Amino acid sequence: MSAKQVKEEKVDTPPLSAWAPAVGLGWLIPGGGHFLLKRPGRGGLLFFCVFSMFILGLMMRGAMFQPQTGDILTTIIYCGGFIGDLASGLLYLLATWLGYNQPDVAGHVHDYGTKFLVAAGLLNILAMVDAYEIAVRKKD
Amino acid sequence: MPKMNLSHFEAAVLFALFASIVLGVVTKRTDNERLRYGVRTFVYFIVALIGLGWLMYLGHG
Repeated sequence: MSAKQVKEEKVDTPPLSAWAPAVGLGWLIPGGGHFLLKRPGRGGLLFFCVFSMFILGLMMRGAMFQPQTGDILTTIIYCGGFIGDLASGLLYLLATWLGYNQPDVAGHVHDYGTKFLVAAGLLNILAMVDAYEIAVRKKD
Repeated sequence: MPKMNLSHFEAAVLFALFASIVLGVVTKRTDNERLRYGVRTFVYFIVALIGLGWLMYLGHG
């Protein structure tokens, strides 16, 4: 492969307008990006899973993370957890706007709830990456 | 919103179920591959869950 070909491949990044609407909608509404890209079956499954995990997390009274800094472990756990929570999009925003504010208490059910809330966001990040790949035609 | 109480096992199985579905949907390229991958991931989750459960039970003494 010549240097020119390598250079052409490097600058061949897809335009923002091709993928940003699908990824943005996918963040706000889990599976929304797939619906926008005419993949309703997969979008529906993603919405069902992320929505169910988030609602189960709320019903188990899981705690939402707030970003905190300090030692490296605290920063990773609290900032990472916050990003995970935030990745659920409108579900997270609605829950916080409607006043959901569960303190972190001991107990395995609360603990699972916290993990369900974060995992819902992390699964939504996977869905957003999938929507990006569909939008830029890396996959069907 | 009603409060839900689940056992460790129930919560972990639900977690495995939803995570497997999403992993199946986003990872593979055909519906058949997605279904197979989702089922396989779910089985791996359950095997790990039961295996680790026994490990902790036996390790606890």
